[in-house]
Amino acid sequence: MATRALLSSKTLARVVRANAASHSRGLHAYTLPDLDYDYGALEPAISGEIMQLHHQKHHQTYITNYNKALEQLQNAVSKADSPAVVKLQSAIKFNGGGHINHSIFWKNLAPVREGGGEPPKGSLGWAIDTHFGSFEALIQKVNAEGAALQGSGWVWLGLDKDLNRLVVETTANQDPLVTKGPNLVPLLGIDVWEHAYYLQYKNVRPDYLKNIWKVINWKYASEVYEKESS
Amino acid sequence: MASLGLQSGFNLLIKEGPKVNAKFELKPPPYPLNALEPVMSEQTLEFHWGKHHRTYVENLKKQVVGTELDGKSLEEIIVASYNKGDTLPAFNNAAQACMLVWNHDFFWECMKPGGGGKPSGELLELIERDFGSFEKFLAEFKAAAATQFGSGWAWLAYRASKFDVENAANPPSPDDDNKLVIIKSPNAVNPLVWGGYYPLLTIDVWEHAYYLDFQVLILRHGNRRPDYISVFMDKLVSWDAVSSKLEEAKALIAQTLSLKFYKSELSFPLDVAPIYSGGAACDEAGLECHVDA
Repeated sequence: MATRALLSSKTLARVVRANAASHSRGLHAYTLPDLDYDYGALEPAISGEIMQLHHQKHHQTYITNYNKALEQLQNAVSKADSPAVVKLQSAIKFNGGGHINHSIFWKNLAPVREGGGEPPKGSLGWAIDTHFGSFEALIQKVNAEGAALQGSGWVWLGLDKDLNRLVVETTANQDPLVTKGPNLVPLLGIDVWEHAYYLQYKNVRPDYLKNIWKVINWKYASEVYEKESS
Repeated sequence: MASLGLQSGFNLLIKEGPKVNAKFELKPPPYPLNALEPVMSEQTLEFHWGKHHRTYVENLKKQVVGTELDGKSLEEIIVASYNKGDTLPAFNNAAQACMLVWNHDFFWECMKPGGGGKPSGELLELIERDFGSFEKFLAEFKAAAATQFGSGWAWLAYRASKFDVENAANPPSPDDDNKLVIIKSPNAVNPLVWGGYYPLLTIDVWEHAYYLDFQVLILRHGNRRPDYISVFMDKLVSWDAVSSKLEEAKALIAQTLSLKFYKSELSFPLDVAPIYSGGAACDEAGLECHVDA
């Protein structure tokens, strides 16, 4: 738990720094969220090396570029420079999306000893059976869509709040789920960029998808579902 | 260089002539798998060619055998199934697999052991004419490759005059024609789908192209795509191959123009397969981007 305490103090320092930054520029600077588990805690499903690289380097880069784009946006807005505002949208979508998606992804994972891989119970478990037939059928659907996704992107289990039903969707690159519909709330997102699995699984994305279910944190997905479903 | 298949691209225009019998095979790179060491490792080639490229060929066979695409050339399948970006569902997977096979065949040819340096002759003259200088071209090409969102490719291509603008959704201005251009494309897409583009050089910027060779540096410093791109241009690119592709493109364009002239002289209807232009796909590929994480 020493690590935990250390992480918390680190978080605190970051929050203080972020606040200071936001006061001086009038803009909220995003910072890398800490993980609730150690990098190696998801092994053997996901190697510690991948987790470290993915969190410390990839996610951090999205945050850095997102903050940069927001700062440029603020300048462009203050100068009423519409072409610049519009031009920044793709960078905001990509890097802001990268930050949103990865923040959810870390919450979607948990070490086995902390309940990772335990199938959802309660209302989410029941909803999955209703919409997909069974938990296994959902896994099969997510794996098939994740494996078929061209290039880089994400496969999602989401809640359509309007219809109050579960959906499986994919998004390209770093597009967040909301780009597929304003009523969609992500419950579970699986990163199928090669950087999420290549060092361990190489070209065999289906094996990565097969194994990631062993460390999925259904407690988190259930909490979001219960909060968001009517 | 006959493998490039630009000749069979010509067949698209006349819808006749000798068909390439599409026996899709995994073509090896024109050098041993360890020949690009230490710049690009044998391990990377073993996975990138031996696994990824092989899977694309196998997927293509699965998608095409027994369909109306069977027996067509890679280029024909690409253009037919891309369908102006509104990909026909039935052919979507075929188009993806086909473009990935074509792109990788092309990519291997764009490298050689001891590559890099500077182009010469007409290629260099055209680069200087269209980009200002070789250095400016390098900077622009590297930026395009670094800023392609997610998986994809950057290309140096010759853009010919649109010979059938009737079919072009968004014909470019004549000023933009007959010159070298740098473009980027997402995932599997290659410039053949837009019509009028003759690819001369490509770099694969999918993460699998560089992740294994740069993993130590990635662990230490994060994204290394720009380093991979620099090393590719400094030590791997085969300017000889790019020059001979320019020659092939010129020959093909000359044939196409004479065909057009011949047809208009005889008042033949332009019985051509659709050649698609930029439009949405170009916009997608030409997005203003920021360096990929």
